[in-house]
Amino acid sequence: MIYLEVPKNLKLVVSQAHQVAKHIFRPISRKYDRAEHDYPKELDMLAALMDGLSAGGGPQGGGVDSLQREDGANGGVRNGGNMITCLGLTELCWGDVGLALSIPRQGLGNAAITAVADADQKKRFAGVWAAMAITEPGAGSDSANIRTTARLDGDEWVLNGEKIYVTAGSRADSVVVWATLDRNLGRAAIKSFVVPHGTPGMEVVRLDKKLGIRASDTASITLTDCRIPKENLLGTSDIDTKKGFGGVMQTFDNTRPIVAGMAVGVARAALEHTRKLLEDEGIEVRYRGPLFEKSAAEAELIRMEADWEAGRLLMLKAAWMADNGIPNSTEASMSKAKAARVANRITLRCVELCGSLGYSEAELLEKWARDSKILDIFEGTQQIQLLIVARRLLGKRSSELR
Amino acid sequence: MGSSLRVLNRIADSPLVERLGLEDRAQKLVYEGAKRAAETAAKAAKRFSSKRPSERPRSSRKFDLTLTEEQQLMRDTLRRFADDVMRPAARGSDEDSSTPDGFLEAFGELGAIAMSVPEALGGAAERVSAVSQMLIVEDLARGDMGLAYAALSPLSFVNALVQWGSEAQRASLLPSLLEGETSAAALAVLEPHPLFDPGALRTTAKRRGSDFELSGEKSMVALADRAQWLLVAAEVPKLGPRFFLLERGIEGLHTSDEPAMGLRSASLGRLKLDKVRVGPEALLGGEAALSTDGGAAYDEAVDRARIAWGAMALGTSQALLDYVIPYCNERLAFGEPISHRQAVAFMVADIGIELESMRMLVYRAAGRIDASLPCAREAYLARTLCSDKAMEIGTNGVQLLGGAGFIKDHPVELWYRQLRSIAVMDGNLLL
Repeated sequence: MIYLEVPKNLKLVVSQAHQVAKHIFRPISRKYDRAEHDYPKELDMLAALMDGLSAGGGPQGGGVDSLQREDGANGGVRNGGNMITCLGLTELCWGDVGLALSIPRQGLGNAAITAVADADQKKRFAGVWAAMAITEPGAGSDSANIRTTARLDGDEWVLNGEKIYVTAGSRADSVVVWATLDRNLGRAAIKSFVVPHGTPGMEVVRLDKKLGIRASDTASITLTDCRIPKENLLGTSDIDTKKGFGGVMQTFDNTRPIVAGMAVGVARAALEHTRKLLEDEGIEVRYRGPLFEKSAAEAELIRMEADWEAGRLLMLKAAWMADNGIPNSTEASMSKAKAARVANRITLRCVELCGSLGYSEAELLEKWARDSKILDIFEGTQQIQLLIVARRLLGKRSSELR
Repeated sequence: MGSSLRVLNRIADSPLVERLGLEDRAQKLVYEGAKRAAETAAKAAKRFSSKRPSERPRSSRKFDLTLTEEQQLMRDTLRRFADDVMRPAARGSDEDSSTPDGFLEAFGELGAIAMSVPEALGGAAERVSAVSQMLIVEDLARGDMGLAYAALSPLSFVNALVQWGSEAQRASLLPSLLEGETSAAALAVLEPHPLFDPGALRTTAKRRGSDFELSGEKSMVALADRAQWLLVAAEVPKLGPRFFLLERGIEGLHTSDEPAMGLRSASLGRLKLDKVRVGPEALLGGEAALSTDGGAAYDEAVDRARIAWGAMALGTSQALLDYVIPYCNERLAFGEPISHRQAVAFMVADIGIELESMRMLVYRAAGRIDASLPCAREAYLARTLCSDKAMEIGTNGVQLLGGAGFIKDHPVELWYRQLRSIAVMDGNLLL
């Protein structure tokens, strides 16, 4: 039965996340934008709050560990962990994208663990805050081209290489590192490894200064003969050249709708605030009458809202598919492509609409316009999403449509 | 129960249904209809016998994109109809600027009208659903938007009667539409001037005692050459816009052909109303429509039209996407399929993304109607997005085929012309 509204029973979670965004994130949003690399100690309180909620049996705050895929829909339609997480992150990023990325134990590495780890590993890594390290100086979107290596030596993996752009890479307890078992075997040989901070040989060598999401640390990490237990490889060490990337890429089907949700959140912040500022100037949004008879500002607000709704609904669709065990690679990429590009356009346009007020640090609009840019880049750039969607629609392999 | 079974049986008997290989589906519809009728009867009997009817509380609704079994059945049927009947007829009827003879009758045989009218009013629908209506629009527009516009005009007329018609109006008009005796009827809301606003009509319906006198012009009216009944929107001074039922041939009503860029196969026409005088019984909804509820009904009709045209955009855009994919895979340039080039492939990806974007907004707006939620904002946003993106998809479709897209050997230039209508058409259809 076609019904595209957020169900009532998820509204409590959404409103909880909104309270956090409003009362914890917003008041310190500018502070940590300016004090890049300072640890937002307020987040420890938040982590405690979330732990308390979950220990008290309350609804989960939409953590990444709830991204479990449901196999088969027994008992009808599910609106589950994927949808909750997307909606939660939307609210948190309405508050502040950088801070949302810095919530302890909610790293992208955690999503990878949830997606790929076996039961024993899930138990061992429960409660760990895990960052995700994929990109290298010589391999970005072409992640099959990574050079970091993993060699088995007795009961230990020995990792060597250099990772950059690791979100929460210095603050997390562990880093999920992508490395190849054999560079000659291509993407099938790429596996992910959980490397705890403090392991000899892993070192944070630099923190980047950035355009936006400054509250979030972005680290460069080196691995020099870094030894970890054999059991820290996520999934299987078998190299199945037919299955290819399957294992590690599977994470993205779950995380891309979340990034879409982040984009939806920051875009809504900009839209809402711009609308309020324009209301003070006598510009009111009315959903009637021809678009061409409205002021350019009102028409633009409506156009942006329509695009924003598209991103939001595509996100919900991709999450709904994941919750109901329906393969969603295409839809996950569609949602990320649409929501992220629309969020960037909206936040930039809102600065323009509000003039010098939008451009000034007196408002958060200019910050949102800086923060939004990363959402069209990480977890697969706009262009990578288009490639994935195009390959799926056209039925092309990556060797054909490159 | 009797009437709905009769309608279903007629569908099952249709030679067209047999020709399309749809007997199984038709039989299933008949089976489901009969089962429901029996269940309704059993329920009614139980209600009389048991003292307390056991009403289960409705569980909290979930976000869902699954079609009901009935919707899936209708979808399968209409897709076959679109492929086997509409596609082959599209080019010729576009050139003739006319709906082919027998087309409306053929569509009527599929039972879409019966499935849109509740059992209580002689139809076969357990529950009238805006989503089901929207899916019908989408599936027909996948075949051809012009022919879809023709087929959907009588259906829209029926929808208006079901939703807002007075008891007398339903009783006098629905049976002949259900039985297929009246096959052509249409809505006339749009007016021929720039910046048209369905909320600010220039056509007026002035009161003359208890009568009304209609004057004005209506454009892009489907089936203008043959519609036996027209539902005309006009501004009643001091009251607001309302719908009026006009029969073909009434004094002062003139029709003329109005061929356009696209939608030509719907037999487009212009209406001129020159002091057309009608009695109070012509006001849709009867006397009740004179209250503020009548104004709310008109506003809802505007919303429902927006969702319908959005669904038109979906169907035609889907047809276009399904067509450009094999073309780009087969067409070679520089020694390989053009789809191996990102400049081409990314355009295809964007068509897919924006089509799905439009679909989500249109589905959501329709879903809200079925859930009894307000939908003015959602319908407006759907229209806003579809106005932009449908044309973008249309022009990119032609671009992908290059010179081949520009000539009539391929249907893409037709879709380009059809998709231009989405931003223009505001009214004239109704879920």
